[in-house]
Amino acid sequence: MEHTVSAYDDDLKAIARLVTEIGGLAERAVGDSVAALTRLDLALAQRVIAGDKELDRLQHEIEEKAILVIARRQPMANDLREIVGAMRIANDIERVGDLAKNIAKRVVAINGVFPHKQLITGVEHLCEIALQQLKRVLDAYASQDDQAAGSVRQRDDEIDALYTSLFRELLTYMMEDPRNLTFCIHLLFCAKNIERIGDHATNIAESVHYMVTGRSYEEERPKADASIASTIAGS
Amino acid sequence: MSAVQVATTFETVRTPDPASRPVKIHAAKVKVTYGQKEALHGVSIDIPEKAVTAFIGPSGCGKSTFLRCINRMNDTIAGARVEGTIKLDERDIYDPDLDVVELRARVGMVFQKPNPFPKSIFDNVAYGPRIHGLARSKADLEEIVVTSLQKASLFNEVKDRLNEPGTGLSGGQQQRLCIARAIAVSPEVILMDEPCSALDPIATAKVEELIDELRANFTIVIVTHSMQQAARVSQRTAFFHLGHLIEEGPTDHLFTNPLEQRTQDYITGRFG
Repeated sequence: MEHTVSAYDDDLKAIARLVTEIGGLAERAVGDSVAALTRLDLALAQRVIAGDKELDRLQHEIEEKAILVIARRQPMANDLREIVGAMRIANDIERVGDLAKNIAKRVVAINGVFPHKQLITGVEHLCEIALQQLKRVLDAYASQDDQAAGSVRQRDDEIDALYTSLFRELLTYMMEDPRNLTFCIHLLFCAKNIERIGDHATNIAESVHYMVTGRSYEEERPKADASIASTIAGS
Repeated sequence: MSAVQVATTFETVRTPDPASRPVKIHAAKVKVTYGQKEALHGVSIDIPEKAVTAFIGPSGCGKSTFLRCINRMNDTIAGARVEGTIKLDERDIYDPDLDVVELRARVGMVFQKPNPFPKSIFDNVAYGPRIHGLARSKADLEEIVVTSLQKASLFNEVKDRLNEPGTGLSGGQQQRLCIARAIAVSPEVILMDEPCSALDPIATAKVEELIDELRANFTIVIVTHSMQQAARVSQRTAFFHLGHLIEEGPTDHLFTNPLEQRTQDYITGRFG
C-alpha cells in the first residue's frame, strides 16, 4: 500500500534505485578488476581505480538521502527497516568497490612479472562464485526476497572453502620457488579480497533478511575458512 | 465494512514483554455502546503496573472511549453502556458497591486541553486533597501542594506566585499544573488523553520527561495521536482500529516490527 504522503514513497523509491545502481557498479568493478588481472590489462585496471570515486559518491548520496528521510518523516516499522537496510547495504557495496579497486591496483603492481596462468584460473573461479553471490543478493534486495537472501548466506562457505584451497596452493608455489613470491602474494591478496567480497554479500543477505522479516539470523553463519589453521600447520 | 467486522470474531495480536510485569489493570471483553452504536467491540488487555502504556489509532478507533472506561468517565455520558470486566488490582471497578469518587481518586486523569480551575495555582493543587480529606493541617496541605508541584516539575517556575491564578500560566505550565493536581491525591493510575496535543515542542518535551519520571511511582495510560510520542514515552503500545484492539506489545517491538498488517499500515502512514 502507498503512503498517504506520496512524496514519502518517492523518497523511498529513490533510495532503493540508488542502491540498485551502486550495486550494479560494484558488480562491474569486481568483474572488471579480475578480468584485468587475468589479461594483465592495465588500461582496464586504471578504469576500475578511477571508477571507485563514483561508488563513493553514490554511497554518500544514499546516506544523505536516508538521513533526510529519517529527519523529515520519522519512519516506522518496515519503512525504518528499509532505510536502515539501504544504508547498511550501501556501506557493504562501497567496501566491495574498495576491494575491487585494490585488486586493480595489484594488477598495476604486478605488471611485468611473469604470470602463472594456472594460478590465476583459481582466482578467476573464486571470483565467478563471489560475483554470482553478489548478483543474487542484489536481486534478493531488489525483489525483497528473504529466501533468496538466505540461500546466498548458505553458500558463503563454498567461497571460504575455495579460498582455503587456493591459499594452500599458493603456499606450495611459494615454497617451491622464491621467485614466485611477489606474484603469489599479490594473488593471495586478490583472493583474500574476493573472499571478503563474499563476506559482504553475506552481510547484505543479512540486511535483506532484517528488512523483510524484522529479525536477524539467530544461528551463526556456517564457516569453512580453514586457512588460519593451515598456516599454523604449515609453519 | 464495519458491520462485517463487528460480526466476525476478532483476535488481538499480542506480544508479551521480555520480562513480565505485574498487572495493574485487567480488562476483559469490554464493549461500549453509545445509544444504538457500539463503539468498542470487546477489548481485552492487561495494563502493567508502573509503566507507560500508549493507546494509538486513528480518530474514532475507540482508544479514548476505552481510556474513559478505566475511571468510569463514560458513566457521565448519557446513553453510554459499558459491558465486560475491568479490574483494578483484582477489584471489579464496575462493582455496584464500589465508590466511584474513590475510584477516580485512585485513577486520575489529564485531558487534552489543560483545564485548570479558575483558582490560584495553590488551590488548583489543593482542591483534591481538600475534598478527599487527605490533609490534617494547613502545613500538611502545603506540603502536599509543594511536593505535587515538584513531582510535576513545575514548582521552581511557580514557587513565587502560588497565589496567582492557574489560568495565567503558559499552556505547557497549565498542563503540568493539571498533572500536579492529578497526582496531589496520590493516585495509582494516571490516564492521559492526548496531554501534549495543545502544547509546543518544548512544553511537550517537558511533559514527556515528566511522564518518564512519573512511571517510577504510577501506572500511566496515555492516548496519543503522535506515534513518535508513543514510541518515546511508552513501554507498551496498543493499536486500536474501528473499535477493535488490533495489536498490543512492547513499544520497541511494535514500532520496528509490528505483526499485524493494519498496525504496520497505520504507523507507517499508509492509512486511507
